Order: sequence, then structure tokens, then C-alpha cells
Amino acid sequence: MSNFNKKQVKSKDVKGIFKRLCRYIFSYWYLFILAVIFTLLSNQLSLLGPKFSGDAIDALAAAGGVNFDVVWTNTAKMLMCYLASAVMSYVLSVTMIFMSQKIVYTMRRQLFEKLTSLPVGYFDTHPTGDIISHISYDIDTINSTLSHDLVQIMSSVYIVVGSIVFMWNISKPLVSVFLITVPASVIFTRYRAKKVRPLFSKRSKKLGELNGYAEEMLSGCRSIQAYSREEEIGRRFNERNTDSMNAYYIADYYGCMIGPTVSFINNLSISLVMMLGGIMYMLSQNGIAVVGSLFFITLGGVAQFVQYSRKFAGPISEFANIFSELQSAFSAAERVFRILDEHPETPDSDDAVSLDNVEGEVKFREVEFGYTPDKTILKGIDFTAAPGKSIAIVGPTGAGKTTIINLLMRFYDISKGEITVDGRESREYTRKSLREAYTMVLQDTWLFKGTIFENIAYGKEGATIEEVKAAAKAARIDSYIEGLPDGYDSVLTDDGVNISKGQRQLITIARAMISNSQMLILDEATSNVDSRTEIKIQEAMGELMRGRTCFIIAHRLSTIQNADLILVIKDGKIAEQGTHQELLDSKGFYSTLYNSQFS
Amino acid sequence: MGLGFTIKTIGTLVELLIPYILSHILENVIGRKVSDILLWGGLMVVCAGVACILNVTANRMAAKVSKNFAENMRKDLFIKTLRLSAAQTDKFTIPSLESRITTDTYNVHNFINMMQRMGVRAPILLIGGVGITLFMDAKLSLVMIALLPVIFVTVAFVRARGIPLYTRVQQAVDGMIRVVREDAQGIRVIKALSKTEYEHRRYDDVNKTLVANEVRAGIIMGSVNPLMTVFMNAGSVAVIALGAVFISHGTSKPETVIAFMQYFTQISMAMMAVTRMFVMYTKSSASAKRIEEVLLSEEDISVKSKSEYADKDTSAHIVFDRVTFSYNGRRDNLKDISFKLNRGEHLGIIGATGSGKSTLVKLLLRFYDVVEGNIYINGENIKTIEKPELYAKFGVAQQHDFLYADTIEENIKFGRDISSDDVRRAARIAQADDFISDFADGYNHLLSPHGTNISGGQKQRVLISRALAANPEILILDDSSSALDYKTDSALRKALADNMQNTTVITVAQRVSSVKDCDLIIVLDEGAVIGMGTHDELISSCNEYKEISDSQLGGAFVE
Repeated sequence: MSNFNKKQVKSKDVKGIFKRLCRYIFSYWYLFILAVIFTLLSNQLSLLGPKFSGDAIDALAAAGGVNFDVVWTNTAKMLMCYLASAVMSYVLSVTMIFMSQKIVYTMRRQLFEKLTSLPVGYFDTHPTGDIISHISYDIDTINSTLSHDLVQIMSSVYIVVGSIVFMWNISKPLVSVFLITVPASVIFTRYRAKKVRPLFSKRSKKLGELNGYAEEMLSGCRSIQAYSREEEIGRRFNERNTDSMNAYYIADYYGCMIGPTVSFINNLSISLVMMLGGIMYMLSQNGIAVVGSLFFITLGGVAQFVQYSRKFAGPISEFANIFSELQSAFSAAERVFRILDEHPETPDSDDAVSLDNVEGEVKFREVEFGYTPDKTILKGIDFTAAPGKSIAIVGPTGAGKTTIINLLMRFYDISKGEITVDGRESREYTRKSLREAYTMVLQDTWLFKGTIFENIAYGKEGATIEEVKAAAKAARIDSYIEGLPDGYDSVLTDDGVNISKGQRQLITIARAMISNSQMLILDEATSNVDSRTEIKIQEAMGELMRGRTCFIIAHRLSTIQNADLILVIKDGKIAEQGTHQELLDSKGFYSTLYNSQFS
Repeated sequence: MGLGFTIKTIGTLVELLIPYILSHILENVIGRKVSDILLWGGLMVVCAGVACILNVTANRMAAKVSKNFAENMRKDLFIKTLRLSAAQTDKFTIPSLESRITTDTYNVHNFINMMQRMGVRAPILLIGGVGITLFMDAKLSLVMIALLPVIFVTVAFVRARGIPLYTRVQQAVDGMIRVVREDAQGIRVIKALSKTEYEHRRYDDVNKTLVANEVRAGIIMGSVNPLMTVFMNAGSVAVIALGAVFISHGTSKPETVIAFMQYFTQISMAMMAVTRMFVMYTKSSASAKRIEEVLLSEEDISVKSKSEYADKDTSAHIVFDRVTFSYNGRRDNLKDISFKLNRGEHLGIIGATGSGKSTLVKLLLRFYDVVEGNIYINGENIKTIEKPELYAKFGVAQQHDFLYADTIEENIKFGRDISSDDVRRAARIAQADDFISDFADGYNHLLSPHGTNISGGQKQRVLISRALAANPEILILDDSSSALDYKTDSALRKALADNMQNTTVITVAQRVSSVKDCDLIIVLDEGAVIGMGTHDELISSCNEYKEISDSQLGGAFVE
């Protein structure tokens, strides 16, 4: 299949990822602005609290005993402040939850819609578990960063800026300490980030692989039991598990030194401030630094400056601590964006018309196609399917039979030549109307969790229970369904203990019957239905085929013999075409094949 | 873990020294001698450095501990999941089992990791702070004691509400995974029927449910932090107010109240950190419960004692003795089935779709237990045979069988210790050797997930090779040669008869040609035996069999 692993975007670019994430945030700008306002208010209020408490405490120690009036008013103010601040911070966190959930909802929806727009081959080359891992784990990771870390970052910024202003006012020379240590922190963090980021990307990737493996093996759970392979498969799972855990651990191992190191730099700053401040205080005491000069500082000034430095250090350490979460959110976002940037099926052209009142004439002219440009699968395919005729496609495995079906349905677009439907190039129709012109019955019996009614009605928008019943009757599954305790409302589950594969197939046939289109694509079922039922299905199919153009990937001689046109596909070319008799007479590949049956 | 904990504790204590040195410098050292300031300042730097090294070491050890824990938990969970009986898998559903192995384990892992990092500092500050304040002024610390029940009730309330909410979030995750999984598997059908918009709506429903549940959980859990802040700050207000009263009565001093306030702030901060851990705990305990559910689910198909289920004195290889079975307890899916099969004999089972053919095989494999009657292999009731021993007897190619992304050789070996020669021998009997050898890389040819890159008939032959490779005592071919053309099918039958004389073969099939040479053929209809005998006997004695035989359409002409 095509090479989807090829990277379409160089999304290693962190700035790009960051910008894209910001776009999501800004699309809910009103919530974001609300969040910023509440962050400011709630932080400001919580800073006011200590001021009132300071005033109240001063009143405790007032000369001439406790000044109760001041104490009461200030405690009342404190209480108000804290209450208001708590309410604000609650509103803030609810706002953030709403915002992050809206973003996550949008991302999941975009991701899912993108997935359904990708060519079918994507799902053959990407394990289901890995796809699931994108839409659950990766988006979850982004979610927790949006809902928790963002607020943390905003209030950190606020506190840092606020503290710097205060510190600047107290003593400018002391602030210079931070001119050394803050850039040191930044350089260190960036340097680590460069080293750590690939580790986090690897961690997401490994987890995806692990999920892919788990998904695959769980779907074969019964076979694993039948062969008693639980231990061995468990061991192999654990190899991937260990891999994934080691990736997690190594990312952690290097990521977890950032927090303490930044704390160290902070503590270092405080120590330097203390020492420098102490010396400046002594200079001021000795009169070397005079009042109003740059280096003058009082004892209270030193104490306050130290206080603010500590306040300032808190958010910076906090930021360093959530650093690894940011890293994993970035690598998760990168994985999500990579899918969003995959090439979808080419969109309908602007002047595409709807295919209505289908006659059912299909022509292939010199069609050439390959899933990848470097490997051609079909070459020079040339045939005409007249309205109402049946075309049997025969040939060895890998010759390109399924590819022809993929092209008819426009799951892929051809590279050369043209395919016309009712005289018009198929790319000029809307994809939806083109696909609706076909009914398709495949070998894989895909059903989803839901009632039998829902599964059959799936074939036609707004199908009524009568139509569903009629389709079930035509597919000879009605008596089985009616025998179930809940009839058409019986819910089908994954492993479906009480429904055999044959019955599943009949349900999918009923689904195809209800859609009732002018053209039919049939991947002839070679199994699962017993002969008696099969005769009935053949009858029903015969009825369904009458008057419709049918493309059948045929396996049975009877089907092939009855076809109006047989296409023998070999090595991506039409080796022979004609009716059964014509092909026998021409004594080619087909006749060899035919005669070998009786040797 | 003990060592890591000790290191973390020491690191934290060293780091906590820094503010004490600070206040010591401010109160006692400053203004005396520059060298003293530098000395104490230098000590701070040393403390900071030591704390940094110790914390990094402790964090790394913590990462290791939580990694090992989560790794083992996930491994146990996975193996347990593989061991669940069919009925249990149906009950949990595969998408849910999958999210338990992935996101739930991940949640618990994260919690344990964070717990170790944050879980030391906060309790030290909290306990230390409470101890010091009690010592300082016992009356004022009544405030704290009064706060305790309030905090406790809040925590209990939020926890009681939070766990079910997070459980529901995880259930919503299951629902979302289900849709993604179904759509990834059915993308061709969806596109063919132009149902992408319908699927978008279907996904939108589960997406909305998930979001609604997360919002609900978030709104409750988001209240914990502000509530705790209010409680602790109300406490500080109470301290000042009470302090004012005590000071005016002369039972306390302003300095004490001021110092008390300092510690109270520290306690509040620690309390907030504990609260944060509590929120994480609530979330992860919902996940832990879901993991536990799987780990603790009892084996519903256990090995019974021989005294309870006695051996049967028989020379026959396989005996079904009046077996009755029902999936749901309402309708019998198999009724009163009895037959005997000698070693090396071939049994064919034929019947309409849904007649119970595969169910019979599932009972022999003990995926389900019979409701009535007994099944014996070599005279032993299968309920008394240890599972590995039981399964070692079988080679099974089943209807629902699966191939996975690996080489063909590995798919045939299926993790068993089988030589390459045996793999090739099995593939030759299964008529698979030819097409496999046609690949440029032969047996090393890579299959895509679920073997989508080979044809149905090729898949079946690889699966039959797998079933044959270990030279089983009993070979079960459950509708596994239906995609083969007549020629290949009959070549397969012949090769089986020639090469596997000592193997008892059970063939479940739709077409008479696959079973007509069997020593015994059972015709099933609606779970009951309606004919039993050889092909010739059945043609004359069983109408339905004759009808099936006459009605046979051509088998596959070409793959």
C-alpha cells in the first residue's frame, strides 16, 4: 500500500506547534480573556490578603493594647478578600475546564473527521491501536496541559513581573543578581529541552506502538488461548511494554533534573541577594552609601527584597516542574498535527456534478494506477461495462482485482487514462453521488455495536422497519432475527458469542440489499454460509443483479460462467476478456485454468 | 523505595534549612561582619547544591520505582486479559479492556510518579508546622483542630463524588475508543455507503459524552482547591481574631501570634499541595479500580478435581456424552449431543449457518463449560485437565482466527518452539508452501495487521499450517478451507490423510465435499443432531444431508 509514513510536515519545529496550539486557544479568545482576567484578579486579591493581615497584626502589637476596631475591620477585609479570591479561582478553573474541553473536543473531532477522509490504505498500514492512541492518549496529554499548566504559567508570569517591579523599586543593584541567574535558568532549560524533546517524542511513539500491539493481540485473544500462547504473547507484549516504559523512564530521568536544578539556581540567587544585600546594608550603615544613592538600603529593604525574591522563585521552579509536561504535550500535539496534515482523498472539484438517474455504463480507458508513484499496479486497463451487464473479474491473488474495485469506488484516483460513468469522467462527479450509485458487498463482515435494525438500516438513510424487514427477508436472515429474544432490537457485541460469522455475513448482505443502487460491486463470498442458505442468497442476489451493472470478484465457476463479460487480470493487465465460451475457444490462460479443474 | 524516600527526605530537609539560614542572617548576622555574611551565604549555596543533587537522585529513583511498578502492572493486566474466558471478554468488551491496559495504567503510573515527588515535602512541612505551632501556643492551635473535621468532611465528600465521576469518564473513553476502533476496521464499508457524515455524528455523540463527563468531574474536583484555600485562610483570620482576644487577656503575646501566623501560612501551603495530590489520587483510583476489576476477576473456567468429574473407561479418543449447552440460559444452542471418535479418525460436522457447529468446537476447547453432560479426551473429563496440557493436544484453525503483523514463518510458529523444518512440512501439507515460496522473501514475507496483504485462501492455508505445525493430537478445521478451490481442498484432504495418520481430525464445513471422506459425519440443525454416519449412510438415511449434497454449488474456481 502507499507509503503513508512519509513525513509530510517538518513538525519538529516547536514554534510551529506552539503557534498552532495558540490558534486553538485564541479561537476561544473570550474564554481565554476571561481566564486572564480572573487570573489577575484572583492573584491580586490573594496578594491583598497578606497586606490586611499585616495591618491586623500591627494592631495587635499597637502601643496601649490591642486595637480591636482595626483588628476586626482588617480581619473582615481579609475574609472578604480570601473568599472573593477563592470564588475567582474556582471560576477560573471552571473556565479553563470549559475552554480546554472545547479545544479538546474540536481537536478530537478534527482528528476523527480527518481520519475518515484519508484514503482507505491508511488503515491498512497503520495499526488500529496506534490510531486509538492518537485520539485518546495524545489528546489527553494536550488536555491536561491546557487545563492545568496554562493557568500555572499565567499566574507565574504575573507574579514574576509583579515581584520584579517591587524589587526594582527597592534596590536596583540587587536586581542585577537576577540578570545573571535568570538568563542562566533560561539557557539551561533551553539546552535541556533540546536534549529532552526527542525523548518525549519517542515516549509517545513507543506508547502508540504498544497500543497497536495490544489491540492486535486482543483481537486474537481466542486463538492465543486455543494455542496456550498467553505466556509467550505476554512476553512479547512485555518487550514492547519495557521499551515503552524505558522511553518514559529515560525522558523522566533527564526531564526530572530540570526542576531541582532551577530551584538550585533560584536558591543561589537568593543567597547572592542576601550576601550582596548584607554588604550594601553595611555600606549604608557606615555611611559609604548615602541615603538616596544607588546602593543605599535599609534592613527592612533587605528583608523585603529577600521576601520578594522567594516569591519570585516559587513560580519559576513551578514552571520548571511543569516543563516536562509541556514537553510531552508538545510531542503529543506534534503527533496529532501530523495526522491532521496527512493528504486526504482529493476533494471534489468545484464544478463536480451529482450522478443521478444512473444508467450504469462504465468504461475504463487505458487506465494506469499505482498506490505509490514508483510502483504501477494496473497498466492499460481497457474495457466497457454495458448497462445491466455483469462483469466477472478473475485472476490470481495480487493481480489487481481489488484495486479495480478501489478505482470504481474512487477510493483512489487513477494516474493515467480515464474511467467514465454514463459517458462522463468519474472525477467530474461528486464522490458521494458516485459511491451512492454502487452497492458494495465485501467479504469482511463489518458490523458495529448497535441493534440489528441499526446495522441493516445503515445502508439507507432513514430506512423504515418495514424496509429493514424486507431486506432481511431477501437476505434470508429474517427468521433467525425474529427468533432472537429481542428480534431486530438485539444488540450486536464485539465478539458476538451468539452470532456466527455466516449470520454476520447475511446481515451485511441485508444491509447491501436495502441500499438498492443501480450498480453492484460484489466480492464473492467464498465461505461462511451453508449451501442451502447460499442457494437462497444466490437467488436473492440474482434478483438484485437483474437490470443492474455488476462487478463481481468471482471465485465460483457458476458465477463466472453466467457473467456477460469475464476480465482475466494477470500482473496488472487484462490478459483476456470475453464470455466464458469465447475465452475457452481462444485457448489462453483462462482455458488452461478451466481445464486444470478437471485434470 | 526506602532509600529513595530517605534521600528525598534529607534533600527536602536540607532545602528547608535555606529559609532558616536566611532569617538567621537577617536577625543575627547582618550588620556585624562581611566575612560572616559571606560565610552564612556560602552555607546557603552549599545547602542549595546538596538539595539539588539529592532531589535529582531521588526523582530519578522515584521514576525508576514507578516505571517498574507500572511495567509489571501492565504486564500482569495484559496476561490476565488474554486469560479471560470468552464470556468475561464479552462482559468487559474489547475497547474497554484496551483502554484499561493503556490509559488507566498510564493514569496510575503518573500518580505514583508524582506522589513520590510531591509526597515527601508537603507532609514534612505539614507535620513539622503543626508540631511547632502546638508547641508554641496550644490554645491558638485549637483553630487548626477545629478545621480538621471540616477539611475531612470536604475531602470525603469530594472523594465520594469524584471517583464515580472519573469512572464515568473512563467509561466514556471506552465508548469513544469503540467508535474509532469500529471505524478503523470498517472504513471501506463506511466510504462505500458514503456514511462518513453519519459516522461523524456517531463520533460526535461519544465525543460530547466524554467532554460532558470530563467537565462534570472537573467542576467537582476544581472546587477542592478553592475550598481548601478558604478554609485555611479562614483559619488564619481566626488565629488573628483569637490572638487579639488572648493578647488583650494577657494570655498571649503579639510576637507569638506573629510567629504563629508565619507557620500557619506554611501549613496552608503544605495543605494545598496535599490537596493537589488528593485530586490526582481520586482520578487514579478510578483507574486503579478498573484495573483491579480485571485482575481480580475469577477464573470462571477452572480445573476441577478428578473425584468430582471421574474418568471414563473408554478406548475412544474423544467422547461427547449427552452434551447440552446454552450461551444465555434461555435457548439451547446444543442439545443432547453424543458421539465417540477413535484416535486417527476423521469427524465431519455439517449444518446450516447458526446450527451450532462452531459451538461444539468451542465446548471441546473448553472456551465455555457444558451445561449438561460430559466431554472426555482419552477418557479424562476435560474439566479435570490443566489448561496448557489440554490446549497442547490441539491444533486449531478457526473461523475467527487471526494473523498478525510479522513474518509468515512467525505466524505459523505463533510463538511456539517449532523448527523451520516443521514449519515447512506443515506448510506443504496445508498446500501453502507453493505460494509462500513464490514471495521473493519466502517465509520471511511480512504480513500486515490481520494479514490483509494476502488473499482469503492464502490466509486459510497459513492458518492450517499453524494448526499442523506442532503435530497435534487433535486437529480442528473450523470452516477453514472454504476459500480454497476444489483442487486445493482435495489436495489438502489427501495430504492430511497421508501425513497425519495419528491425528484425530474434526472438520467443520459448509460443503459436503470437505467432509464426505470422514469416518463419521454429524449433521446439525438448530443445535440438535439430525443425522450421523458415513457419507453413504447419510445419503440414504438423512434427507437434509442429501439435500445439502445435491445442492452443492461449485466451490471456488479461482481464488
